[in-house]
Amino acid sequence: MTALVVLPVLLPLLAAALSLVFGRFAWLQRGLGIGVLLAILVDAVVLLRRVDTAGPVVLQLGGHAAPFGITLIADRLAALLLLVSTIVTLSVLLYAIGQRITDLGPDVSSTAFHPMYLVLCAGVSLAYVAGDLFNLFVAFEVMLSASYVLISRRTTASRVRAGMTYVIVSLTSSLLFITMIALMYAATGTVNLADLAMKVDELPGGMQTGLALLMMMVFGIKAAMVPLHFWLPDSYPTAPAPVTAVFAGLLTKVGVYAMIRSQTLVFAHTASWTILLVLALLTMLVGALGAIAQDDINRLLSFLLVSHIGYMLFGLALFTVLGVTGVILYVLHHITAQAALFLASGLITRQTGTVSLREMGGVARASPLIAALFAIPALSLAGIPPLSGFVAKVSLLRAGVQVATPMAYAVTAVAVLTSLLTLYALTRVWVTAFWGDPRPPHADPDPHDEVVVGTRRRSVSMVAATGVLVLTGLFIAGAAGPLSGASERAATDLLDRDNYRSAVLGHSAVREAG
Amino acid sequence: MYTVNVTMAVLLAGLYTIGFYLLMQRSLMRVVLGIMVLGHAANLFLQTAGGPPGDPAMVAAGVREGMADPLPQAMALTAVVITFALTTFLLAMAYRSWVLLGHDEVQDDIYDRRIRELPRRDSGPDSFVAPRESAPQESLR
Repeated sequence: MTALVVLPVLLPLLAAALSLVFGRFAWLQRGLGIGVLLAILVDAVVLLRRVDTAGPVVLQLGGHAAPFGITLIADRLAALLLLVSTIVTLSVLLYAIGQRITDLGPDVSSTAFHPMYLVLCAGVSLAYVAGDLFNLFVAFEVMLSASYVLISRRTTASRVRAGMTYVIVSLTSSLLFITMIALMYAATGTVNLADLAMKVDELPGGMQTGLALLMMMVFGIKAAMVPLHFWLPDSYPTAPAPVTAVFAGLLTKVGVYAMIRSQTLVFAHTASWTILLVLALLTMLVGALGAIAQDDINRLLSFLLVSHIGYMLFGLALFTVLGVTGVILYVLHHITAQAALFLASGLITRQTGTVSLREMGGVARASPLIAALFAIPALSLAGIPPLSGFVAKVSLLRAGVQVATPMAYAVTAVAVLTSLLTLYALTRVWVTAFWGDPRPPHADPDPHDEVVVGTRRRSVSMVAATGVLVLTGLFIAGAAGPLSGASERAATDLLDRDNYRSAVLGHSAVREAG
Repeated sequence: MYTVNVTMAVLLAGLYTIGFYLLMQRSLMRVVLGIMVLGHAANLFLQTAGGPPGDPAMVAAGVREGMADPLPQAMALTAVVITFALTTFLLAMAYRSWVLLGHDEVQDDIYDRRIRELPRRDSGPDSFVAPRESAPQESLR
C-alpha cells in the first residue's frame, strides 16, 4: 500500500524518459502521457479513500528510519490536492494534444513538450508528498526546471524577456530556499518536517519568527504573494494557453501548499498572524485593482490569480480549523476555476486572433459554447452562488468573522470588496468580448510559428478538456457537503500536529518529547 | 551545534552581498553572474551548517571525534548539481536573448511603461488611446 505514495512521482518520471526516447512517434508519446496521468488519477482516488479512513500513508525510502532517511507522506490534504491536480493536468494535456493535432496534423510529434510536461507532473506530486524540507526543495526544482523549458520553448524576441524574468526570479527564490534550509539545519540539526515540528518549538522566539518569515518569503515568491508577485503577470501570459493554464492552476498553488504545510506543521501559531493578514489584504487588493487596468485578457486573468492567492493567505493567517478548512476548499476550487478560465481564454483568443479586449466582440453569438465555458468558471471565481467559489468564500468569511479581531474584520471586509472587484473585472471581459456584433478574426500575426490564432478550427478535445474542468468545478460545488467535511478533517489534522509527527516518527518518539 | 567560524561568516556575507548587488544590475550578463555567486553562497552556507571547515565527512568505523556532519554535504552536493544545471540553462537563455535582441540589457516592462504614459495622453473622454502598438499581439506568441 505504501507504494501508492511514490507512484505519482515515479510513473511520470519514467514515462518522461520513455517519451523522450520515443520522441518521433507522436501517438506513442500521447498515449504514454494520457495513460500515466490516468494511472495517477486512479492512484490518487485510492490513496484519498485510504488516507481518509486509515490515517496518513508513510513511506521511508530505502528503509532508513524517519529523521535520517527520506520520508514520503500523504495525508488528507496531500491526497485531495493530488487528485484535483491530476484532473487538471490530464485535461490540459488533452487540450494541448487537441490543439496540436488541429494545427499541425496528427503525425507531427513534439520532442520537448510531452517529456517536460510529465516531469512537471512528477515535480508537483513530489511537492505534495515530500516529508522533508530538502525533498521539498528538490520537488520545486524538478517542477520549475520543467516549467523553464515549457515557458521558453520556441522563444521569440518578445517571449525571451518574459522567460528571463521568470527564470531569474524563480532561481533567486530557489537560492533563498537553500539558504533557509541551511539556517534551519544549523539551528535544529534536521530537515525532516515532523522532526522540525518538535525541534523548532525549543528555539528562542525571535529565531522562530525569523525562520518563519524567511520561509514565508521563499514560498511567497512561488505563490505570487504581494509584494513578491510582479513576475507573474509579466511571464505567464506569454506562454501558449495550455502551458499558462497548468502554471496558473498548479504552480502557484504548490507554493501555497508549501506555505500551509510549513506554517502549520513546523511553526506553532496559536493566534492569527497579523503580518500574513496584512499581506493577504494587500494581495487581494493589488491583484484585483491591477486586473481592472488591463486590456490583455490573459494579463487580466493573471492579476486575478494574484488577487485570489490573497484569499488563501487570509484563511491560513487565521490559524483556526474553520480558516484552514476554507483555504483547502479555496485551493481546490481555484485550481480548477483558474485553469478552466485560461483554457477558455485560449479558445477565445484562438477564435478572435487577438488578446486585446478592445478588439474582440460578439464571441457569445459566434460560439455560445465557448461563452458558457468562460462564464461558469468566471462566475465561480467571483463567488456567485451556487458555484464552487461561493462555497469556498463563505467558509473563509465565516472564519474571518469567527476570529473577531479588528484586523480579521478588516480583511474579511476587503475579501468581500475583492469579490465585487473580481466580478467587475470579469463583467468587463464579458461586455467587451462576448456581447456586441461578431467581428472578423484578426489575422495570425506570425503564421510560421506553432501557435495558430484567428481561426475557427478547433477540435472536440480542446472544448471537451475545458468542459471537463468546468464540470469538475460544478462537481466541487455539488459535493460541497462531503468535500467540506473532508477539508475540515484535513484542517484538523494540519492544526493538530501530533498526528503527522507520530505517523512519521512513531508514537513512542512523539510521546517522549511531549 | 558549534561556534561560528568568523572567516566563513565573513566570506558568506561577502558572497551574498556581491550576489544580490549583481542581481540588481541592468546588464543581463551581470545578473547571470549574480545568480552564480548567490548559488555559491547558498551552497557554501549549506556546507557550513554541517560543521567547521576541514573536518572529514568519512572516518574509520568507530571514530566519531572530529567528524563533519555528512548530511549537509550530501544536500550541498545535490544543490550544487541543481544550481549548475540551471545556471547552464540560464546562460543559454541569456545567449538566446542576446542573439534575438542584439543587446544584453534587461528591458523595462512594456506594459508598465505604457500605463505610466497613460495620464499624459488622457485629456478628455475621447482622447483615450489604447496602450497598444504591438504588445498584445506580441504576448500571444
